[in-house]
Amino acid sequence: MNENTLEKRTFKERAKEALKDFGLPRLIITGFLLLLFILAPFVGADLPTQITNTINRFSWNAVMVLAMVPMVHSGCGLNFGLPLGIISGLLGATLSLQFGFTGPLSFLMAIIISTPFAVVLGSFYGWLLNKIKGGEMMIATYVGFSSVSFMCMMWLLLPYNKPDMVWGMAGKGLRTTISLEGYYSQVLASFLQINIGNLSIPVGALLFFALLAFLMWAFLHTKTGTAMTAVGSNPTFAKAAGINVDKVRMISVIMSTWLGACGILVYEQGFGFIQLYMAPFYMALPAVSAILIGGASVNKASITNVIIGTFLFQGIVTMTPTVMNNMIHMDMSEVIRIIVSNGMILYALTRRTEGAK
Amino acid sequence: MNKNKVSTKPSRSIGELLRDNSVPLMFILICAVCIPLSGFSPSYLLDEIITRMGRNVFLILSLLIPIMAGMGLNFGMTLGAMAGEIGLILASDWQIVGIPGMVLAMIISIPISMFLGFVCGTILNMAKGREMVTSYIISYFINGIYQLVVLYLMGSIIPIIHNSIKLPRGYGIRNTVSLLEMRQKLDNLIPLTIGGVKIPVATFIVIGLLCVFIIWFSKTKLGQDMRAVGQDMQVAKDAGINVEKTRIISIIISTVLAGFGMVIYLQNMGNLATYSAHSQIGMFCIAALLVGGASVDKASIGNVFLGVILFHLMFIVAPTAGAKITGDSMIGEYFRVFVSYAVITVALVMYETKKRKAKSRAGEQLAADQAAEEELSEEQ
Repeated sequence: MNENTLEKRTFKERAKEALKDFGLPRLIITGFLLLLFILAPFVGADLPTQITNTINRFSWNAVMVLAMVPMVHSGCGLNFGLPLGIISGLLGATLSLQFGFTGPLSFLMAIIISTPFAVVLGSFYGWLLNKIKGGEMMIATYVGFSSVSFMCMMWLLLPYNKPDMVWGMAGKGLRTTISLEGYYSQVLASFLQINIGNLSIPVGALLFFALLAFLMWAFLHTKTGTAMTAVGSNPTFAKAAGINVDKVRMISVIMSTWLGACGILVYEQGFGFIQLYMAPFYMALPAVSAILIGGASVNKASITNVIIGTFLFQGIVTMTPTVMNNMIHMDMSEVIRIIVSNGMILYALTRRTEGAK
Repeated sequence: MNKNKVSTKPSRSIGELLRDNSVPLMFILICAVCIPLSGFSPSYLLDEIITRMGRNVFLILSLLIPIMAGMGLNFGMTLGAMAGEIGLILASDWQIVGIPGMVLAMIISIPISMFLGFVCGTILNMAKGREMVTSYIISYFINGIYQLVVLYLMGSIIPIIHNSIKLPRGYGIRNTVSLLEMRQKLDNLIPLTIGGVKIPVATFIVIGLLCVFIIWFSKTKLGQDMRAVGQDMQVAKDAGINVEKTRIISIIISTVLAGFGMVIYLQNMGNLATYSAHSQIGMFCIAALLVGGASVDKASIGNVFLGVILFHLMFIVAPTAGAKITGDSMIGEYFRVFVSYAVITVALVMYETKKRKAKSRAGEQLAADQAAEEELSEEQ
């Protein structure tokens, strides 16, 4: 009998520990999403359409969330400077269009053109972050903001002149939104697309994400990748083991920036438009909170976190408006999104992390 | 080490002086280039600057106390701004106008600010070492809750009497609430015009009182405690100061002051953009303070005034100057937004590099001391 109680207690403790690992906010969010899925048919929302929307949005956003992983691994914290990567992507996209590429080729060229920008901007950003170890997140936020507002001027001043990109009247200065019809709109999503009734799955986009995620996973198991994790978990130890900490951090920042560039391009192919000017401003926060919802912390993140987090976050973003609207005729989705995403970031920031600097 | 500091202080080189004041100097340069280009008359500029000083200084002063307590730039001042807005919404719904309306709005904002400040301070205590980024996210988070309250609960649960400020659907507040009856009531309380320049005397008196309060406060026991906490939390704790409580109090004071500041700011504007008035206020106030030569760990009342003058001078002249240079008025608009962010970025980077240098120097000193001690013990 005694043994029995002992076992029970350990089970209880184990359950408690698992719960603690999972985190209460995450549990609430998962429960909330499940509730939404269960409620959807009752309030008259078409479930397959909802699932399609969720998967679609997952495929748009997943790469940007993946961009968080390298910097978290190397101990640079959450990449609030994601807009810098987005800007490299936007430069790639607009230049690819300007040079006259069309169709799927324009997507490929956008990635290729954005790469040197991502490397250059990423190296500068990495150099800056190496100088201010410990204060990365705040400065990253403001590097992102400054670069976005700087590019606002550049979009007007750079000599773009393709008629369907610039303002009609002035003949110069890029428009705020540029349609990708005829360029790379849906180029990944329509590849191998599966349609069953109302349910459609953008296999191509998911495969593209899977490829990048696999490469990331493989990279983290190479020598450099392991070094990166070592730097993130204990910089002093890593230094003692002969790892060039600054160089590893620099690589992680460049990777993060490049993935941000790819991320925005994938987002655009799904969304169908290039959004310029202030649009990239708040794009870091959803990505940051998505990876945190997926179970990452300020100094720990995995590919699984990315997948779970993006799915949960985008699920809530897509499901709340329809379900809420049908249920109480009140669209509170925007407010819920703000509270959930920022609440999640707050939760992560306030948790005591091991090896915090 | 201490001796070193003292001895180097009088003989600071010109280079160092330039570096320490690089941000204000940069701004003086920008203004010097832009003012002639914009073609505004000096009296117009002076009038604008004085108006903007009356509008913004109170808000910026609310940032000083958390800096004293070593909590960095309080991006959570937005919380106070939101509390002030809620006060104004209720006061204008009850149709209490003019100065009494303002006072009522401030009184309503106090408990809300204190509660929000307490929440903010408690959360910041849980995130020591990254207060700024946390307070920044808190401002977004509470903005969500503010929207929940103002857009959904006001009119449905919180009684709102007049339809003029309610959305047509029956609940929620309109995008703009007119404060016409309150407009510049404080500014014009004691009318004074010198050479065509209108001076909001009463507002400046209120600001002066706050300056006196801050100076007095920094000399009280609590103010001294805050300074000690700001310098070194561990030492302060050993000296018997309740660190956590002191930090929370500093945030509460800042939030309450920001609430008052927002009421003053909005009475000058004359209308309230319900959902966007507070969203940028933290950023502009912080940028102005930094332009005045403040840093993350050191700010004075002088920094506030200098900052307001330089920052808003740039703000007024940049769009027209930009339009003159490039032929596009949007460039100037974007330019001033860019400069605001860039200033904050530069100031944060300078602060962090300085902190790291000091830390590594302290580390070296410690290592040297330890080595010396070890040698001593070995000898013995």
